[in-house]
Amino acid sequence: MSALLQLENVTRVYRGGGPFSQGAEIVALDDVSLSVARGSCFGVVGESGSGKTTLTRIALGLEAPTRGRVTFDGVDVAGLRGAARKRLRRRVQIVFQDPYASLDPRMSVHDIVAEGMVIHRDSLGLDARARTARVVELLGLVGLGAQHLNRYPHEFSGGQRQRICIARALAVEPELLILDEPTSALDVSVQAQVLALFEELKARLDLTYVFISHDLGVVRYVCDRVAVIHRGRIVEENEATRLFAAPQSAHARELIAAMPDPDPDRSPFRRAVL
Amino acid sequence: MSAAAPTMASARGEALKRGFYRFRQSWLSLVGLAIVVALAGLALLAPWIAPHPEHAAGGFAMNARFAPPSRVAWFGTNELGQDVLTLVLMGARVSLFAGVAVVAMAAALGAAVGAVAGFFGRWVDEALMRLTDLWLTLPGLILAMAIAAAMGPGVGNMIFAITLTWWPGYARLVRGEVMARKEEVYVQAARALGASPARLILRHILPNVVSPIIVKMSLDVGFAILTVASLGFVGIGVKPPTPEWGSLLSNARGYLPDYWWTAIFPGLAIFLSVFGFNLLGDGLRDVLDPRARR
Amino acid sequence: MALVEIDELHLTMTSYDGAAHVLAGVSLSLERGEIWGLVGETGCGKSLTGLTLSRLVASPPARYLSGAVRFDGRDLLAADEETMRDLRGRRIGMIFQDPTTNLNPAFRVGTQMIDVALHAGRVDPSILGLAAGASRGARRRAARDLAVSMLDRVGIVDAARRIDDYPHQFSGGMRQRVLIAMALIGRPDLIIADEPTTALDVSVQAQILALLHRLAAEDGLAILLITHNLGVVAQIASHVAVMYAGAVVEAGDVRAVLKSPRHPYTQALIAALPRADVKRGALAGLPGVVPDLLTPPPGCRFLPRCPIGAADCARAAPGLAPVDTGQRVACFRAERAA
Repeated sequence: MSALLQLENVTRVYRGGGPFSQGAEIVALDDVSLSVARGSCFGVVGESGSGKTTLTRIALGLEAPTRGRVTFDGVDVAGLRGAARKRLRRRVQIVFQDPYASLDPRMSVHDIVAEGMVIHRDSLGLDARARTARVVELLGLVGLGAQHLNRYPHEFSGGQRQRICIARALAVEPELLILDEPTSALDVSVQAQVLALFEELKARLDLTYVFISHDLGVVRYVCDRVAVIHRGRIVEENEATRLFAAPQSAHARELIAAMPDPDPDRSPFRRAVL
Repeated sequence: MSAAAPTMASARGEALKRGFYRFRQSWLSLVGLAIVVALAGLALLAPWIAPHPEHAAGGFAMNARFAPPSRVAWFGTNELGQDVLTLVLMGARVSLFAGVAVVAMAAALGAAVGAVAGFFGRWVDEALMRLTDLWLTLPGLILAMAIAAAMGPGVGNMIFAITLTWWPGYARLVRGEVMARKEEVYVQAARALGASPARLILRHILPNVVSPIIVKMSLDVGFAILTVASLGFVGIGVKPPTPEWGSLLSNARGYLPDYWWTAIFPGLAIFLSVFGFNLLGDGLRDVLDPRARR
Repeated sequence: MALVEIDELHLTMTSYDGAAHVLAGVSLSLERGEIWGLVGETGCGKSLTGLTLSRLVASPPARYLSGAVRFDGRDLLAADEETMRDLRGRRIGMIFQDPTTNLNPAFRVGTQMIDVALHAGRVDPSILGLAAGASRGARRRAARDLAVSMLDRVGIVDAARRIDDYPHQFSGGMRQRVLIAMALIGRPDLIIADEPTTALDVSVQAQILALLHRLAAEDGLAILLITHNLGVVAQIASHVAVMYAGAVVEAGDVRAVLKSPRHPYTQALIAALPRADVKRGALAGLPGVVPDLLTPPPGCRFLPRCPIGAADCARAAPGLAPVDTGQRVACFRAERAA
C-alpha cells in the first residue's frame, strides 16, 4: 500500500506574545512522523492540548510546519503555489466535530453543499444546473432526500447536520477525509448510523480517512492503524487491534484503562466494592 | 418530518413569523414600532395632509401671527403666521430622511473598514483601527459643525458631515464581530474548501454580523436625528425656509415662554422619534441578537 | 421514605410552536447513598428532570400538569421560593457540565467559596461549627477554614494556598473539583451532577468519577448523575434510569438494566455502543428519529421505532412495572424483549 499523506519529522512552534514582545515558544507538534496508507483509516488519539488540532491544520494545508516535510501523494506540499495549491485543497477535506457550529446558519443546504463546487468550478467544470443535480446526488449519498434542498441548518437534527457536512466535504471529490471527532457531539444511536455511513462511503468512493478522536471505543471500532499523541509527540503507533490489546507506552495504557466500559462488572470501583 | 418540500420563501416567512413572535413578547418594542411607522407614514404623506403646505416653502400669513393651538391650527402658528403643524410634518421629511441616511452611510463605511481590519488583522488592523481611534478623539458634533460650515449649508452637506463623524462606531463594532466570526467552524470549513478572503467576508462573515449592525442602526437613528437637529439648532444645517425640527426649535427659543407652542411641538417630535427608534432598537435586539437578552 | 421522590411528573413547555409535552410521566426515587444514573439522548428530558428537583425550571414557559416532586418528604412544587433557595444552596448541590462558566472569573476561588459558606452558615450556624452569636471575623475565619477543608477533600493539593488562586489558574478537571467542593459546603443530602465529565478528558473523567463515587460511599450522599454516556453510568452508578422522549422507560439496579435490558430502547442504546467485541460494520444504529413532542405519537412514545411493537401499544402509555430480572420497565411487551 502506498502512502497518501506523509508527515516527516514535522515540528510546529507557536510564538506567544505580540509583535514587540518575545513570548515563550509553544511546541504544538514535536518531531511527528506518520504515514497514512491509501484506502486505510488512520486514527489519531489524544487528549485536549495534545496537538491534534495543529496536526489537522497542517494536514489540511491551512498551516505550514515550522520544520519537517508534508507530502501528499508523493508531492511536497510546501512547494505548491497558486492553482496547484488550490487543487490540493480539493483532494483533502475535513468534517468537523460540532455539526451545530460548522454550518453557516444563513445558507440553505443547497448553497452549503454547492459551495465547494462554486469555488472549484474551473477544475470541476460544473455549471449551476449541474451543481444542483450533483447536490441532490450527494444528499442521496449521505442519506438525505432532495426535499431538504432549500432548508436551513437550524431545521435539522445533529445527525442530519453531520450528514450535510459530509456531503459538503464530498462535493469537491476529495481523496482524503479528515474526520475531526465527527461523532462526539452526537447521541450514540446517531453515532452508530454516521459510523456506518463512513464505512459505506469509504468503500464506494475509495476514500482514505484520518480519524481524530478522544473516544477510544470509536477509534478501536473504525481504525486500521492508530497513533497516540501526547504533548505534541507521537508516543505510540501500531495496528489498532495490537495497540488496544497490548499498549506499550504508559500514556496509551493510561488512556485505555480510563475508557469507561459499559459493562458494570468491569468498573474499577465496583471491583473494589465486591 | 413533513412530506411536502417547503419552499425557500416559506422558510423565510416562517423565520419572520418567529421573529415577530419574540418581538411581541415586549409591548414596549411594539410601541416603538408603532411610533416609527406612524412618523414615517406622516412624513411620507406630509405634502397631502399638511393643512398649509405652502408655509413649508416659505409662505407666511402675518395676519395670523402667534395664534395659540386651536381647532383651526392644532399646533398654533409662529412669528410669521405659519402653521406649526405643517412645519413639523414637513420637517419630519427632512429630519427622518437625514437621520436614516446618516446612519446608513456611516454603517456602510464603518462596516467596510471594520470588516477589512478584523479579517486581515496584523498591521492592516493596527493601521485602520489607529485611524479610527484618532477619528474618535475628535468631538463628533464639533467636527460635523466644522465640516458643514466649510462645505456650506444644505441637507446633503449636513448628512455627509455627520456621516464622517459617525462611522468609527460601526468600524469598531464590525471589527469585533468579524474577529469573532472568522474563528467560527463554518468559516474554517469554507477555508478548508479553498474559499478566497473576499468570499469568506462577503458570503460567510458579513451576513452573520448583519444583526448587531441593524440593532445599532435602529438605536442610532434617534441620535442621528438629534444630531441633525442640533446642527439645525446652531444654524448650520438646513437652509431656511426648508423646515427642520432643530431649526424650528432654534427659531422658537426667542419666543419662550409666552409662545410655547412654537417650541414644544418640534421638541415633542424630536423626543418622540428618538424614543420610538430606541424602543424599536431594543426590540430588534431581542429578536436579532439573542446574546444580549437577559 | 426515599430522600427524593418524583412521582408521575408531567410538564409542558410553551413556545412559539405550541405546548410540548416534554415530561410525560417521570417517576424516580433516590435513597441516601445511591448513585442514580439518568441516561438518555438529546432532548429526552433528563436535564429538565434534574432541574425540577431544585425547581430551577422557569414557569412560564414551563407548566406543571400533574405529579409530585418530594424531597425529604416535602412537596417541592408547593414550597415557597425561600424554602427553595435554602434547599438549593444547602441540601441540594448542583454540578454542571462546563466548569468554566460556573465560576466567576473575576473573583478568587476562595472568595466565591467563602460566600457560599457564609450563606450556608446563616441558615445553619452548625455548618461553620460556631454558635449563633459568633462575631463577623470568627465567621469569616470559620468559612475560610471550611472552604480549605472542602478543597482538600476533593483532592486539591495544597488547598490552603490554592484557595487564593483565580479560576483560570485551575485546569478543567480541577475547576470541576472546585465546583464539587462548593456544592459540598452546605452538607447536601443530594447532588445533581449534569454531565459533570463531558467536557473533560477521559483520564480526568476517571478521577472525577472516582471522587463522586467516594463521596457517595463516605457521606451517604445521594447523587443524580445525568449523562448520555452509558460507560460512565456503568462505572459508578448503583442504579440507572433510562429516559426516552420525556418518560422513564426502564429503571433499576445498574447491573440488571445494563446486563439484561428489557426495554427495546435500552437494548438499542447498548447495541449502539462500539464495545471491544463488536466487529467493524456490525454496530447497530437505531432507525428513525425522536418524536416531535408537540405532537407525540399516541400510547407508547417509542412505538414508531420499536422492533417488537404491536398495534395495541398505541392505545395507552405503558407504566413502569417490575420484570423478573428485578428492574422496572415501561413496556407492554417486556416479557417478549428478554
